[in-house]
Amino acid sequence: MSIKIALPKGRLLAETARRLQLADLGLAGYYPKTRLYRLTSERYPDLFAKIFHEKDIPIQVAVGNYDLGICGLDWVEELLAKYPSSALVKISNLGYGEGGLYMMTSRAGGAPTLKDAPAKMNTIRIASEYPNLAEAFALSNRLRRFSVFPLWGGAEVYPPENAEMALVSRRKGEPLSNDLVPLSELMGFSAFLIANQASWEEKDLSEITSAIERAVLPPLEEETPAVASTGTPVPYPVGDTVRLAIPDGHQQPPTRQLLDKAGIQVDDYPSASGNRRPTTSLGGVSIKVIRPQDMPLQVANGNFDLAITGRDWLREHRYQFPSSPAVELLDLKSGRVKIVAVVSQDLPVNDSRDLRQLSNGGESGLRVASEYVNIADKYARDNHLGRYRVVPTWGASEAFLPEDADLLIENTETGQTLARHKLKIIDNLFESTACLIGRKDSARSKKGEKIKAIREILRDAVEEDK
Amino acid sequence: MRDLSPAEMKVFGQIEGLFRDICLKWGYQEVRTPTIESLHLFTSTGTLTPGMLGKVYSFLDWDGWSGERVVLRPDGTIPVARFYIDSMADKGLAKLFYITNTFIFEETGKENREKWQSGAELIGVKSVTADVELVILALEVLQSLGIEGVELRLSHAGIIRALLTRLGLSAEEQATLFDQILEGNTRALARLKPGDGGQKEALTLLLERKEKSTRFLREVKALSPELERPLNNLIKAAELLEALGYDYLIDIASGRGFEYYTGVIFQLSVGNKKIGGGGRYDALIPLMGGKDVPASGFALYLNQLMKLLKPKTELKTSGRKILIRAKADLPEILTEGFKLAKSLHGAGYSAEIQLGDEAPADLRWTIEIQDKAPRFRLTDRAKKKHFSAPSSAEIQQLLDKESE
Repeated sequence: MSIKIALPKGRLLAETARRLQLADLGLAGYYPKTRLYRLTSERYPDLFAKIFHEKDIPIQVAVGNYDLGICGLDWVEELLAKYPSSALVKISNLGYGEGGLYMMTSRAGGAPTLKDAPAKMNTIRIASEYPNLAEAFALSNRLRRFSVFPLWGGAEVYPPENAEMALVSRRKGEPLSNDLVPLSELMGFSAFLIANQASWEEKDLSEITSAIERAVLPPLEEETPAVASTGTPVPYPVGDTVRLAIPDGHQQPPTRQLLDKAGIQVDDYPSASGNRRPTTSLGGVSIKVIRPQDMPLQVANGNFDLAITGRDWLREHRYQFPSSPAVELLDLKSGRVKIVAVVSQDLPVNDSRDLRQLSNGGESGLRVASEYVNIADKYARDNHLGRYRVVPTWGASEAFLPEDADLLIENTETGQTLARHKLKIIDNLFESTACLIGRKDSARSKKGEKIKAIREILRDAVEEDK
Repeated sequence: MRDLSPAEMKVFGQIEGLFRDICLKWGYQEVRTPTIESLHLFTSTGTLTPGMLGKVYSFLDWDGWSGERVVLRPDGTIPVARFYIDSMADKGLAKLFYITNTFIFEETGKENREKWQSGAELIGVKSVTADVELVILALEVLQSLGIEGVELRLSHAGIIRALLTRLGLSAEEQATLFDQILEGNTRALARLKPGDGGQKEALTLLLERKEKSTRFLREVKALSPELERPLNNLIKAAELLEALGYDYLIDIASGRGFEYYTGVIFQLSVGNKKIGGGGRYDALIPLMGGKDVPASGFALYLNQLMKLLKPKTELKTSGRKILIRAKADLPEILTEGFKLAKSLHGAGYSAEIQLGDEAPADLRWTIEIQDKAPRFRLTDRAKKKHFSAPSSAEIQQLLDKESE
């Protein structure tokens, strides 16, 4: 009888690896910066482990792909907030990776206190990586009118200009950012061992779970994180200030290059201290650093006038909201990737027609994993995949095939990573490069001239390359 | 979500028809509101409890990039109130009724997540008479449907609120407790510390009593001066119903489920099944941004009513139903068949063309159309007699004569 366990990447990896080593589960290959996704145990031949983004773990355990999982309680509660009948059992608090979820507002914004928030008729915008908990919070606090921006990251930089509140997580000991004040602490969390309900009832997991539970170590001496400063909020951008969003993460170097070439001076970007509000030489422009995935939605709802993101994320947004005002203004021609449909090399599938046959033959339907939920959904619809379900992923998507998904919609530069994971490309969806996006009607707005000027400067910089 | 079969739709149609007839007779007009509404319509009123809002079907629309969600209508009254504010606010008085589905998630999967209700709203009148009219209207519908053993329970939102204000709680705690009581959790009270002057005990006692007359309410009046108005209100409604010969039960704890009630609340049940309820909700329209307009209303739960009704038994062979059978697959024969069906419908018959091999069992008459003379052949299946005629007009005359 095999036992499958889902293990976290990211913030919990180091401590979890230490515990598992002490528990002597024999899962070699689980250590920080590991390049493996699949692990087998020398000690327990039936034990199989896979490494996931933490946010995926409660979902993978709830749907029964994994018997056990280790992840923060915050992600468990995020799932349960929307799907209270999920088949999850919280087995035990592992006592490390402690932190809290806080509903924050900006010191600078004159933001509402919770007490008067419900009385205000204006829409209260809440930015968060935890959209379900944010919505539950809004309902239980009886906010009269609210909207939730589900984010990939960087929620703390949204208030006060782009959201009245942000629901953010903080590790224990990590000071709250000095620009933000907590309105309410939603919950404390730490690493939890969880199980699938049916596995918990039907399988004997006790040997594994008790080994993990017994492996208690003094916590790692962690450096106390420095005060996270997201930068000083600029006074609420009024009048014709153009609000520009530029990407964090691995899109930073090419963006920096482009800005340099265009002669746009941006100080402290990329920022070593996590500053998300760099200053710029461009007059009448305010800049924020946010996730490229979140940009199209933020441009559509008017939080930003311009953003540098990928065409893939613009499409993802437009497939969800076909009449969205967010459009591509300029192709920046960098960061070229292909968005492709991928299956395991072991599958007898070579094109979308084979895929259709596979989908119609299966009883439970085709599992389509992707970070691009709406692109994946459209691909499945356009190719008449019959019964299918889209499994949203938060990174490391290639690890989902073949056990936890049948088809993957993913971006690739050279295809090498895919080949290394024994995957093959069966379809090309489109090509994506970095692009400047804005609102359809921006030329006609009073910021129109300035927006046009920025676009011209960037265009000249792009053309220079040729 | 569940299908309604032809047999169930027969019952459904019967309830719907009767409800519509009776409402029209009382001077109410029908409205139909959209299935999808903005979520903020339901959150902004502060009228659905957070427990209920956690179970609505909300999602982002195709143009929902602002992050504001839409919702499958979770309640029948709020959309009608919105309609009144949007389109009828200048009319003052409005008597409206609706037959609609509502959507609320139900975890166990045992109950239906799509529920049908028929309701009436009386907007613009603030009087006990209006409340009593709605009770009588609801009871008239149930009586006409032949539903027996209907129990009427009366309560008043003002009584619970008045007592809560005496418990020395903060506004927030009061709201939470009111929610809990409305969600049926009367035990929430037990967790409170004993208050001054036995208020908690009085409230607990009041919530536990179920009486067939208003007499005990007079005793409660002394507890608090704020109780006087709601108690008088409830007593007046009860006495009016009593004078009209209706039985009732005073059950203060019965007013659960919705927070928007401000006055008399009534609940209708058969056995332990709730089949309807309603009450006064004077604060709802101003909370939604409308003028200070009072209102009250009720809804009957059709899914429950359908279980209590059986389809009316029909004659096995209906005298007015005719099956038309084309004996050959020729254009002129088929044309004759469809023309004849239309002509029979005009004369008040039910006539259908036979498609497939099986003939419906409950038919008395068949008319066959042949490609040779005599073209039309009528069969009376009850009397086992046959007639023939060369034209559709003549066969119809024969039918008229024989079916008299």
